Amino acid sequence: MHISEGVLSAPVLFAGAILSFIGVALGLKKIKNEDIPKVAVLSSAFFIASFIRVPIGPTSAHLLLNGLLGMLLGWSAFPSIFVALVLQALLFQFGGLTTLGVNTFAMAMPAVLSYYIFRGLLRRSKNLAFLGGFLGGSLSILIATIFISIALLETEKSFIGLAWTLVAMHLPIAIIEGIITGFVITYLKKVKPEALG
Amino acid sequence: MHLEEFSEGNSFFHKADPRVKILVFTLFSVLCAISSGIKIPLFYLLYSLTLLLFARIKIKPLISRLLVANFFIAFIWIFIPITYPGNPYITLGSIKISHAGLNYALSITIKCNAIIIATITLLSTSSIFSLAHAMLHLKIPTKLVTVFFLFYRYITVIHDEYLKIKRAVSLRGFIPKTDIHTYKTYAYIIGGMLIKSYERAEDIYKAMLCRGFKGYFPLFEHFYMKKSDIIFGVISTLIFVLIWVKS
Repeated sequence: MHISEGVLSAPVLFAGAILSFIGVALGLKKIKNEDIPKVAVLSSAFFIASFIRVPIGPTSAHLLLNGLLGMLLGWSAFPSIFVALVLQALLFQFGGLTTLGVNTFAMAMPAVLSYYIFRGLLRRSKNLAFLGGFLGGSLSILIATIFISIALLETEKSFIGLAWTLVAMHLPIAIIEGIITGFVITYLKKVKPEALG
Repeated sequence: MHLEEFSEGNSFFHKADPRVKILVFTLFSVLCAISSGIKIPLFYLLYSLTLLLFARIKIKPLISRLLVANFFIAFIWIFIPITYPGNPYITLGSIKISHAGLNYALSITIKCNAIIIATITLLSTSSIFSLAHAMLHLKIPTKLVTVFFLFYRYITVIHDEYLKIKRAVSLRGFIPKTDIHTYKTYAYIIGGMLIKSYERAEDIYKAMLCRGFKGYFPLFEHFYMKKSDIIFGVISTLIFVLIWVKS
């Protein structure tokens, strides 16, 4: 989910750039030298995971997993998502340089929010951890779509039809992301509980 | 996994200094993204098409990239002409298509394609590692570039791990469907990848410590700017100034 180049207006692009700049700076500050490989390799894993297509009825959707990323990395989600978007822009021309700010903020901010809101739940019983994962995973997608919609509407009011379509399209995806995130959390809880700290 | 499709070649842009290319591209994409109307974006498109003549890249992958990128743009064409305020241009029953709306959608399409062509000709003609190297020279924070470098380096490694897990899962007769079992299986595949990543990251850090890692990789090679790089940078900037004045 990202907005292409050339769509958004200058003030929106600028606001996105400033917000992401702050987020990335905060994230980098939190990464200690010994965490550099962890943040980098987890980013690689999420990059690969975002190519997995899961079936939804007759079609399929690819995963975003920004909620899961946020719950594992906290503020480091900003640099992590930032480098992934830079690479996507360079390799596949999805998104681009000028929309980097808006797209990074739209995906990373919900990730950081779910870190603060749901991380506590992940340490509790198995069912509560699943619930935390489900809510973190699905709400992160929904909030990201809402941020993208705000960016579109601030650019041009008549994007309203497009914005509603985006939100509607992401509703089923949000539920599936929630279920998968919930199961990943319970799996990590069993196999590597220290990852949920 | 061959990702850097356009990076091999022998053209001017393949041999040019990546620092100059990044600077020219940054200036270009910002100016193009904030331009408006039809005429000015057309000038930018003309500029990036001219670059394309010099870059001599494969046409087939280029076209497929442009098609994918225009998928999102197609949505804009569906919605904007109907909802944009302005004098109705064509009336189809109850649907009014506005002239201003068509212009707006066209403007977005031109800008988007101009920037994508410039990305491919200027940036994708360098390898990702030399771009990362150039970012360091352009004073992007070292920690960010180090994360980017390792992130890209380990994508292929983690992809191999993913393929291994996927093979194991198919051997056990897994067929994806729309049900909880499928989603649980995908979750465990992802969980498995994450565990491998944590373990791999620990090994990498230990190996880096053994080699005296202090938070950055020292630069071994340095770029040097040729006369042709400077000429390219100056001409491009002049063109941008001209277009800027025109608007």
